[in-house]
Amino acid sequence: MHAVVTVVGKDKTGIIAKISAFLAERGVNILDISQTILQDYFAMIMLVDLSGSDTGLSELADECAEMGKKIGMSVHVQHEEIFNAMHKV
Amino acid sequence: MFNYGDVLETINMVEKEHLDIRTVTMGISLLPCICGTAEKTAQKVYDTVCKKAENIVKVTGELSREYGIPIVNKRVSVTPAALICAPFADKSYLIGKALDNAAKELGIDFLGGYSALVHKGMADYEKQFISSIPEVLADTERLCSSVNIGSSKSGINMDAVKLMGEIIKKTAAITADKDGFGCAKLVVFCNAVEDNPFMAGAFHGVGESGTVINVGVSGPGVVQHAIESIPDADLSELAETIKRTAFKITRAGQLIAKEAAKRLNAEFGIVDLSLAPTPTRGDSVAQILEEMGLESVGTHGTTACLAMLNDAVKKGGVMASSRVGGLSGAFIPVSEDIGMIEAAERGSLCIDKLEAMTAVCSVGLDMIAVPGDTTAATISAIIADEAAIGMINNKTTAVRIIPAPDKKVGDSVNFGGLLGRAPIIPVHNESSEKFIKRGGLIPAPIHSNKN
Repeated sequence: MHAVVTVVGKDKTGIIAKISAFLAERGVNILDISQTILQDYFAMIMLVDLSGSDTGLSELADECAEMGKKIGMSVHVQHEEIFNAMHKV
Repeated sequence: MFNYGDVLETINMVEKEHLDIRTVTMGISLLPCICGTAEKTAQKVYDTVCKKAENIVKVTGELSREYGIPIVNKRVSVTPAALICAPFADKSYLIGKALDNAAKELGIDFLGGYSALVHKGMADYEKQFISSIPEVLADTERLCSSVNIGSSKSGINMDAVKLMGEIIKKTAAITADKDGFGCAKLVVFCNAVEDNPFMAGAFHGVGESGTVINVGVSGPGVVQHAIESIPDADLSELAETIKRTAFKITRAGQLIAKEAAKRLNAEFGIVDLSLAPTPTRGDSVAQILEEMGLESVGTHGTTACLAMLNDAVKKGGVMASSRVGGLSGAFIPVSEDIGMIEAAERGSLCIDKLEAMTAVCSVGLDMIAVPGDTTAATISAIIADEAAIGMINNKTTAVRIIPAPDKKVGDSVNFGGLLGRAPIIPVHNESSEKFIKRGGLIPAPIHSNKN
């Protein structure tokens, strides 16, 4: 199953390193990654694959949100279908 | 891969603009529960609801976390209970109690379907059932009731209209300690729909299949935000923007509905596209109308703005969902919408304007508190007016009105939570008594004769 990880917050050093290490520990494979700075804000979108992970999507969403709080970033993990549904005709 | 704009837009919609799935409602047929005695039937009703909906809270919680969209309410609607109670109408309250207990067991906030359909005539068992509504609503917490008193095909059953005025007064009186709260759980319909997921008017129609998932989406805040972003647009551009926004909201609803149906072993029923406000600022239909350029909702132009909004929401939503149903439009419940509450308090929104608004949006006079000394005949006449609008215009209209005991204009009632706070608004004092006393049937309009 694919999910979209979104990370938004004030830019600082090591955000990608922390997030990708966190995902790797849980067996989550990163398929695609895109990152930019939007008006001084760090914004990153990752497409990830959970099929090799023992962590379910809802637990991963909770854990990532929690981890995001610790590093001062807003981290969302959502099923990719929600974006397909809302933004593709 | 997705682009930043799309992904961040979805996240902003949820975090800043109150986008949510307002309700996932499981419709359950109770017809197989009817058996020899009221007691046995009540037990079967309780068991059936608890079994079929046992995972509704768990599954909606999972969906909400996986898709990152809050699902505010989980609810159940059942076959109109008057049908289930027909053989033992004097014991209807047992079924009401069983349903309320099932709702508590499941951990859902409301269960709808303590309902009767009497739009053409009332059988004795239906009269008896309707008479039980005030006590049952007073004795239960989560049960909602509705009565359909008219339709475009059959006309308006004025005997039922008269009775419902009295039932509403009685419900207010026996829940006087809570400012007539029972009335907030009672809706009188014309052209009631069988697949409405929203409370208090939800019931599971007899034309539906055994177990169905209907989803109500929401998102007044998202629409308001979209309008704010184009302050100088003309109305055609505004309508286009609303349409596009409604499309996105509905697609989210459709996705959740299909997935919920799959996981709950039910059929996917419909997506209801209604813009349902909450008392939270920024989640208000009134504020959308004000954003369109009205100083206050209720002033001249309100009906036109609402008509445009309602239509644009439908057009965007219909394109987005394979099955649209329920009430689908904009809701204007006074107590549940901060903009409506403020407009009623400053006197710019009166009952007559609300009635006009109901001609162009979904549903009707909703969550309106009126003085405690409003007579049953006046309430019946308000119902008759609303039903006439529905009957002639082939649309659903409803009345959910609270004659708040011992309150007068200037006071307000507070029901808390999603039901909000309602200022008491004035009604006309001239009598409608003789009209209501006549009873009988207002015949169906000529344009209903289409066969």
